[in-house]
Amino acid sequence: MAFYNKIIKKSIWVFHVSASPCNNCDIEILDLITPGYDVERFGIKLVGSVRHADVLLVTGVVSYKVAPRIKQLYEQAAKPLFVIGIGTCTAGGATFKTSYNKAGIPLENVIPVNAYVTGCPPKPEAMIDGVLKLLGTLK
Amino acid sequence: MSKCRIPLGPFHPLLEEAEFFDIKVEGEKVVDIEMETGWMHRGHEKISETKSYTQSIFLVERICGICSTSHPFAAAHAMEDVDNVEIPERAQYIRIFIGEMERIHSHLLWLGLAGHFIGYDTLWMWAWKYREPVLQIFEKVSGNRNHYAMFRVGGVSRDFDNALIPEIHPTLDMLEKKMLMIAGAAQDDPVLRSRLKGVGVLTKEAAINYCATGPTARASGVDIDVRRDDGLEYDLVDFPVRVLHNGDVYDKLVVRVLEIIDSVNIVRQCLEAFPKVGGEYLNKVKHISPGEGIGRYEAPRGEVFHYIRSDGSNRPLRHKVRAPSFSNIPTYKASCVGIPLADALITLAAVDPCYCCTERSIRVVDKNNKKLEHNLLTMSREKTANLKKAVAGSEKTPIDRIFED
Repeated sequence: MAFYNKIIKKSIWVFHVSASPCNNCDIEILDLITPGYDVERFGIKLVGSVRHADVLLVTGVVSYKVAPRIKQLYEQAAKPLFVIGIGTCTAGGATFKTSYNKAGIPLENVIPVNAYVTGCPPKPEAMIDGVLKLLGTLK
Repeated sequence: MSKCRIPLGPFHPLLEEAEFFDIKVEGEKVVDIEMETGWMHRGHEKISETKSYTQSIFLVERICGICSTSHPFAAAHAMEDVDNVEIPERAQYIRIFIGEMERIHSHLLWLGLAGHFIGYDTLWMWAWKYREPVLQIFEKVSGNRNHYAMFRVGGVSRDFDNALIPEIHPTLDMLEKKMLMIAGAAQDDPVLRSRLKGVGVLTKEAAINYCATGPTARASGVDIDVRRDDGLEYDLVDFPVRVLHNGDVYDKLVVRVLEIIDSVNIVRQCLEAFPKVGGEYLNKVKHISPGEGIGRYEAPRGEVFHYIRSDGSNRPLRHKVRAPSFSNIPTYKASCVGIPLADALITLAAVDPCYCCTERSIRVVDKNNKKLEHNLLTMSREKTANLKKAVAGSEKTPIDRIFED
């Protein structure tokens, strides 16, 4: 595990899944890889399959229709996989707290979670900070 | 040739949101397309009934993160329509400013994603680079990059700081210059032209039959724009309605690029007006009387429609939302069928679909018998039929007999 943690800190590959969000956090995540923030210079890269990913970013209130798919995605991924909930929706539900179609408020109800970055939407700086803080806790 | 079925989604790296396309192909030709939605349903309309009018506006803002002003705009119109509330002139200009800045960033976002889909990643990166200063202006004006929370019933929730005007002008100049550059590049680039010209044509008849709205309809020659047709705030500014006639992906791109330039000009008119128009920015509404109201607004994707029914309390009795993508998405049936599979993706993306906006209803599935899928209408009708048998003892009740006569 220590060996893996040493390697993962160098370059993390991220997979992003939108689980019934309002799109805003997703757009801000995409904003991270465009010239404004350009996280690829830190070695952070968005990948096309969860099987390649080290970190899974989940956005939104997980609806009942999406929840089984999110579980499936988590099971498909190579472990260890770090899960970060992006946005207040994953942590506390924001305005959707009283919704009838929520399976994951908080996201822990669906899959294990390592960290939350809250905000509606969190600023891209906050997302980078969240990922780096999570990696800082690894030994 | 036998048909082959290509499932796309719901979680696919190319798709920003979760949606499922079932594309049937013969060889390379698309012969049919079906889609399944419902992944993003969060129950806005029901939550809205439990919130006060002011809270509802923050809720409908979160229907969609990209066009997050158009929903509050239409909702505020609907709530004001109940009592015919008058909006101060300064608030009207602030509303136009926010709405048009949002149109700029939404169209730039689409332009980038369209570039990404056809393999022009440079266009993606550039378009999103130009989008970044727009978001920073939003942060200065409203305090947040997205979800601006500027709308209230009877005006806006915070004033525009006139000191920001000199900071905004350079961004607008830059945007206009770069958009003219992209428009020129789209005309000159032979690859882009041959990739988009004549692809995914939506004819005028089909656009009218499918009730397409927004840039999707305007690129097909249908002259509609709620901003001009309804007037309201937009009577204060001058702008043209761009209508093109080919209906292909190329025209949809050109319409959007031209609209960005128009929006820049509208924002300039607002900035000119801000120092002259002072006074109140919020006409405080304490009470909404019983009644009905509708509100429309031209979102970047088309017409947003909100309906409010009030019973005199502080909460809406019913809040109905219809998003533009709801009528734009079915145009796939007209534009995608018959084209090569490689062109299908850009045709799907060309209407700028927003599934978060669209998903307002839910389908109930019987867990015990999975083959049975009810929708709510069938369930309701079946219950009535069962009740008729149980209560009246026959399938015909007095009401039915009246109709028979």
